[in-house]
Amino acid sequence: MNTETTALLIDVIAGMLEGLGRVAVGASSPIPAAAALLARERGGGRPALSLLGAQAGSDFTDGGRELFDRAGQGRIDAFFLGGVQIDGGADINLVGTGPHPAAEKRFPGSYGSAYLYFVVPRVILFRLEHSPRTLVRKVDFVSAPGTSPPGVYRPGGPYALVTGRCVFRFEPARGRFRLASLHPGHSLDEVRDATGFDFDSADDPPETPAPDAGTMALLRGPVGAALADVYPRFAAAFLG
Amino acid sequence: MTETLPLDGLAGRIAGGASLALPPDYSFVPMAAVRALVRHGVRDLRLVTVPQAGIAADLLIGAGCVASIETAAVSLGELGNAPRFSAAIEAGRLAIRESTCPAIHAALQAAEKGVPFMPLRGLIGSDLLRARPDWRVIDNPLAEGESEGGGDPIVLLPALRPDVALFHAPFADEHGNVWLGARRELVTMAHAARETLVTVEEVRPGDLLTDETLAAGTLPALYVAALAEVPEGAWPLGLAGRYEPDRDHLAEYARLAASEDGFAEYCAEYVDEDAAGLCAAE
Repeated sequence: MNTETTALLIDVIAGMLEGLGRVAVGASSPIPAAAALLARERGGGRPALSLLGAQAGSDFTDGGRELFDRAGQGRIDAFFLGGVQIDGGADINLVGTGPHPAAEKRFPGSYGSAYLYFVVPRVILFRLEHSPRTLVRKVDFVSAPGTSPPGVYRPGGPYALVTGRCVFRFEPARGRFRLASLHPGHSLDEVRDATGFDFDSADDPPETPAPDAGTMALLRGPVGAALADVYPRFAAAFLG
Repeated sequence: MTETLPLDGLAGRIAGGASLALPPDYSFVPMAAVRALVRHGVRDLRLVTVPQAGIAADLLIGAGCVASIETAAVSLGELGNAPRFSAAIEAGRLAIRESTCPAIHAALQAAEKGVPFMPLRGLIGSDLLRARPDWRVIDNPLAEGESEGGGDPIVLLPALRPDVALFHAPFADEHGNVWLGARRELVTMAHAARETLVTVEEVRPGDLLTDETLAAGTLPALYVAALAEVPEGAWPLGLAGRYEPDRDHLAEYARLAASEDGFAEYCAEYVDEDAAGLCAAE
């Protein structure tokens, strides 16, 4: 992926974190981590961040459970999840394709998704590969459902789905995605062809704005430097 | 009383069929002991990953040591899927108890408290519930009033009590007290397990519990059945504050373990003979 697209994704995700109090980012998530660092830089230190995978200076001292305990108490405002498959109802599958348990193709597993998706108010789904095999009509295995029936405790859930082609916003009342913007060079017809689920859209959706010069300066400066502490290879490749 | 054993003696305490709790790749993974288990040819282990695992679980699965696994995820991180784990699941050779990170932490906390279950939010409507008939949904008995549409359903997780917890730590003292620092999930693992076996970089003279600063991060010896001194015992993974992961080696593992033949080649090269000397030579 080229630097322009990477910067655009970082910028658009950072915009979704503006004004929040605390954002956590899982391991092996360089673009969400960069977005969180950018949002913090723009916000003068807010949102506060908890980056998993950062060794020295990690602010977790109560073991692996502390992230989940914090989330359960409402101390985490946004988190990121992905999925082998994501469907039109924002159900996510991190387990495998085909039947369960003997999958056609087995992936690592659900991680913390079956919990965090329920309790973190703003969960941003990030999946670069935007194709009919990743964005499906119905997932083969529900690691975590996009919506819950009334009566189920659910302060959290999906907020947006960011892919390599576009940004969707999730509308909980409708239980569906709405196309929010197309990345430069991508069309609505192309996105419909590449998406296995049905979604809502204006006839002429806006373009995802390219990052401005000030944003690029932050990315090349303080954000890139902070990112290199956790993701040295990604930072080096991205910043050239 | 904590016994001090050679590595092979320590690994020899883990019987076939035992449930064995292992830490995640970022935390104190007992790789030398895992290789010793493979050399011993232990069979039918029931792994519990706390809450996820990487090369340690993949190696044991590939070597045929594992009958089942309870896990939130098995992966090689940035190197991709765990190849022997995925192949064993796809072939139907490995039974899986699907879980999610906080469920494993919470079920171990139930065991450490000696209570039969722990409630956990989330989970309702996921296929994990269908895959885990041992998990129960009840209506919150303490709910205030009637919530809209139902009685506030919540999941109960049975206490999880592994037969053995196994991990690698930077140091212990001569009494068997083990320093774990901020790795509190290992403390919980040890509290919950019937017995805990630990490899350490070094055994120090003195008593960690008499030093106020160190005592807060120390697992007291009463939980520790046996210790083995194994320098570089986490290699090829890293040990926070001590040494970095051997990234070239991990990449070689990912490449070779992609096929059954390659995995056999890896074992012949790095597991069948005690690999402890390999990292010392670097």
